[in-house]
Amino acid sequence: MTTLLRPLSTMTSGTARPATPVKIDVQGMNFYYGAKQALSDITIAIHANLVTAFIGPSGCGKSTFLRTLNRMNHIIPGTRVEGRVHIDGQDIYAASTDVVGLRRRVGMVFQKSNPFPKSIFENIAYGLRTNGLTKNRGEMEGRIEESLKAAAIWDEVKDRLTESALMLSGGQQQRLCIARALAIQPEILLMDEPASALDPIATQRIEELIYQLKASYTIVIVTHNMQQAARVSDNTAFFWLGRLVESGATEQIFTSPTEKLTEDYVTGRFG
Amino acid sequence: MERHARHFQDELDELKGRLLGMGGLAEERLRMAVRSLVDRDGRVVEAVLTGDAAINQLHIEMDDRCFKLLALQQPMAVDLRSIVAAVKINTDLERVGDLAVNIAEAVRRYLQHPPVKQLIDIPKMAELAQVMLRDSLDAYVRRDLGLAQKVLAQDDELDELKTRVFRDLLACMLRDAATIEPSLDLILISRHLERIGDHATNVAEDVIFMVSAKDVRHQ
Repeated sequence: MTTLLRPLSTMTSGTARPATPVKIDVQGMNFYYGAKQALSDITIAIHANLVTAFIGPSGCGKSTFLRTLNRMNHIIPGTRVEGRVHIDGQDIYAASTDVVGLRRRVGMVFQKSNPFPKSIFENIAYGLRTNGLTKNRGEMEGRIEESLKAAAIWDEVKDRLTESALMLSGGQQQRLCIARALAIQPEILLMDEPASALDPIATQRIEELIYQLKASYTIVIVTHNMQQAARVSDNTAFFWLGRLVESGATEQIFTSPTEKLTEDYVTGRFG
Repeated sequence: MERHARHFQDELDELKGRLLGMGGLAEERLRMAVRSLVDRDGRVVEAVLTGDAAINQLHIEMDDRCFKLLALQQPMAVDLRSIVAAVKINTDLERVGDLAVNIAEAVRRYLQHPPVKQLIDIPKMAELAQVMLRDSLDAYVRRDLGLAQKVLAQDDELDELKTRVFRDLLACMLRDAATIEPSLDLILISRHLERIGDHATNVAEDVIFMVSAKDVRHQ
């Protein structure tokens, strides 16, 4: 356990694969729920058009960190953020930042699919309408079709767009939520365990979708399933007790991690 | 941090045990093949020629075990490297067994002739190949990088001995055409011993990969 004696803040190795530009740049972030510190000194660069996976045991801070990337944490009272988060060089915690605009750029998909209790069509139309993104019905229909196609669910729902979204299967509901997030054309997609409630076939479809989407989006995914992280991501970051222990190319993290803690976690020796 | 007692760890330990059993068999067969030459003992030759079944059986069983562990446990990091190394070491050890048979075949032919010369360098080669094989397996058990490196260094020595054996026997053949046939068998034996050294080297390289995640092959 000698690893634990070293200051953890020195243990980050930086995300590999600098082939694409840095989309999200986080420097020295601390995060507090009231007096309790949930994240300590997180520094990481998340690259554009790659999938970055956050892994770590429950309560390690990975979902908390994900939510700091579109200021979703702000809806929880008593939270506080220190440090810097830049997206395309812009400080998202600056007083001048428009949070609604930020969340339009940084979409989010949750663990439990949460479609509105409305028709499939309306689920997608809602965001377009409230954001004033389409000028007329024709344009809106085009955008809805495009989003459903991008989320690989169009063929399954094209003949039943007026049916309730709640009639869809779990996997379909999750892809509808992804379509809903894509409709407002975000640049970044945050996914918090998007497949944890799905069966293997539905999970495979989501993973395949993630692979296709990264051509157009920067994707950050939190997952408890290490095989999933290994399959879908380009880079992986391992969190433990609110700290970023190690981040790097996914194949390196899963075949030859630098830190003993990471190795113990990915080989299932704790967690 | 709780450390779980794991069924998987038992499987890995079992794998290691089997691989060592395989290594022991390979070592034993090499030792016998060399003894048959040095002692000019036809019975030992036959024992080597007919005794390949156990190692072949283990070869298949080991591959099957590794294959299932990969499929069912989906190992990561050091566990993944250990199993991949085991698959490769398994193949190298089986080849050592085959080479022992090849040596015995050459010895059987060689023994039909009077000795070409007093054997000096071939027993040296045999001793060195056995040491390399043993050290590579010890390095595997103890996860000993230093010992693995030592095996790599010894391979050059084995290659030099092989070159010397060839030169000496070439001189014999030039002096006396009657020695050509048995000399060729001795050259073949030296070649097989050198190949065994190569397999021990492979094992050592796999140990280095397993322990440190560094690929030192072809350097």
